[in-house]
Amino acid sequence: MAGPEIIAEADYLNHPVSLRAQYKQRSLWGDAMRRFSRNRLAMFGLGVLLLLLFLAVFADFITPYPYDQADFSVVNLLPFRDPAHILGADGVGRDYLTRLIYGARTSMLVGLSVPLFAFAIGVPLGAISGFRGGRVDFVVQRIVDIMTAVPPLLFALFLLSLTGSGVGNVIFVLSVTAWIEPTRLTRAQFLTFREKEFVASARAMGASDFRIALQHILPNALTPLLVSFTFAVPAAIFAEAGLSFLGLGITEPTASWGKMVGGGVGNYIRVYYHLALFPTLLVALTMLGFSFVGDGLQEALDPSRSQ
Amino acid sequence: MLRPYDRKPYGIQLLMTGYILQRLVSLFFVLLIVSAIVFVLMNLVPGGPFTLGERGYSEVELANLNRKYGLDVPVPQRYVNFLIGAVQLDFGNSFSVAGRPPVTELIARVWPTTLHLGLYTIIVSFGLGIPMGVVAAYYRNSWIDNFVTFTATLGLTVPNFIIATWLLLVFGFQNGWGAESKWIIPPLFGQGPALLSWDYFLPVLTYALAPLGLVARYTRASVSDALSADYVRTARSKGLSERFIMVRHVMRNALIPMVTVLLPQVPNLLTGSLFIEVVYGVPGLGKFFITSIFNRDYPMIMGLVLLIAAFWGLTYLVTDILYTLIDPRVRVFGRRNA
Repeated sequence: MAGPEIIAEADYLNHPVSLRAQYKQRSLWGDAMRRFSRNRLAMFGLGVLLLLLFLAVFADFITPYPYDQADFSVVNLLPFRDPAHILGADGVGRDYLTRLIYGARTSMLVGLSVPLFAFAIGVPLGAISGFRGGRVDFVVQRIVDIMTAVPPLLFALFLLSLTGSGVGNVIFVLSVTAWIEPTRLTRAQFLTFREKEFVASARAMGASDFRIALQHILPNALTPLLVSFTFAVPAAIFAEAGLSFLGLGITEPTASWGKMVGGGVGNYIRVYYHLALFPTLLVALTMLGFSFVGDGLQEALDPSRSQ
Repeated sequence: MLRPYDRKPYGIQLLMTGYILQRLVSLFFVLLIVSAIVFVLMNLVPGGPFTLGERGYSEVELANLNRKYGLDVPVPQRYVNFLIGAVQLDFGNSFSVAGRPPVTELIARVWPTTLHLGLYTIIVSFGLGIPMGVVAAYYRNSWIDNFVTFTATLGLTVPNFIIATWLLLVFGFQNGWGAESKWIIPPLFGQGPALLSWDYFLPVLTYALAPLGLVARYTRASVSDALSADYVRTARSKGLSERFIMVRHVMRNALIPMVTVLLPQVPNLLTGSLFIEVVYGVPGLGKFFITSIFNRDYPMIMGLVLLIAAFWGLTYLVTDILYTLIDPRVRVFGRRNA
């Protein structure tokens, strides 16, 4: 593209201030933001994500009832029958709209804290493993081998059967299996960048290993890690919903979409259809929203990979 | 025509055997450690299969039960006993299933159902996914491409128990498609209506959507890569027919990268999905795993975990070997797979 972009920085300073805006330099993040905002699906996903975050944070103020208030006169009330319970009520007479909104809180809590823990463990571990190599790398790789020998969901299920249910335990159990992915990714990134010229030159200038890892390699590895984080969130949300669906995840009275689906799937699914339908729609919307944001981010940060 | 790998020197074959042996040994150690971890974790947690809430056994009864099931010996000794049995493919007897049948016998009884479902799913997902991906790549950005992309996205992002719930909402239990009573345990490759029963329709449809999405997406990506390659342009300028180009040039090269992505799907499908089996009441491995977990059936959990881990490990090994056979430029032996 011919135009202002190719004008060198020195030249840019020679122009009058009034024209400088036109020659504004572009940064990686600015470019990425622009590309991201042009992506309609990604913006839709971002909208869903923000809405869910809003619901999760302000659930206490926007729900019409407390999340555990049961009214036995409205047990299994169908939706759109009673304006006091727009989306009906569940099997013990709790307002379904309230339960759904509080479900967003559980999903977001698990969905954000599991990747946070996983990356807090995985990134340093992968960095040391990839950067130092040798014995540390060998040990970490063997642990990864063992952890990947069993399907993660199966392992999480097994661990959960030992620790017992509950939000904290679900987060713990999912984090135990989730740190593998960031470890592998960070290790691969460090392995690639370790051999690059800029690392050699930094070392020649006397930079310490720690400084090289933190200041030179990590910024280069940031975009794949960010994208991986965005995909780790829906994965954790899915895992929580799945475990709760199977009856091992979140315990009563905490609301969880997965548990609500599990409760709705039964012989009366076509009678009390709302019990199964609404939470499934929310789970599907959440998963789609997050994966659109992830795809959009990937394309925005690394346009060469988009098709 | 003599292709490069027809003249593979003997030394490489020897290297390959060594590589396979090395991988098998490391798989053995991984299984050993997995079994140790599972065993220790199971036994570290207070309580056992007979102390679960509602079973009000007295002290004496509990002690007798523990002795009967070999739970009174110390954990390290129990693990050694387990290993001695496991080497002879004896994983002990189930705690919770009536009649205490051996774990191996139970798995043999239950796995065929899962295999059956998995085979159908593989046929559907690969049989539909590959053509869908090829067509989508050939007619890029057309409505058909959009349809394929939409289906793939739906299958890959929406969890299968959600899709299963939607299907149940639409079709319900009336037809018996989701009813457990409908499910008998069909023999693998056996005869009779069970093989082509409509009972499989909903589970297979749900189960196939995710791998179908993956297959379609990867096929589309690698076929469109191959379509824009120089050799395709050369073939077109030589005046070869589109059909010939697609079969001989595009598909051949597009298949190579697909193998590593798609083959690992197979063990997934053959060991079953927890969700599909629970939703539709399929009495397969996945449902059995859940039941064993709820009942704390130690030998069953152990047997199932080891079976699945071994199956996964072997499939990854086969994938790596196939990859070198298909594409002689790649040689995985000599370095560890990353």
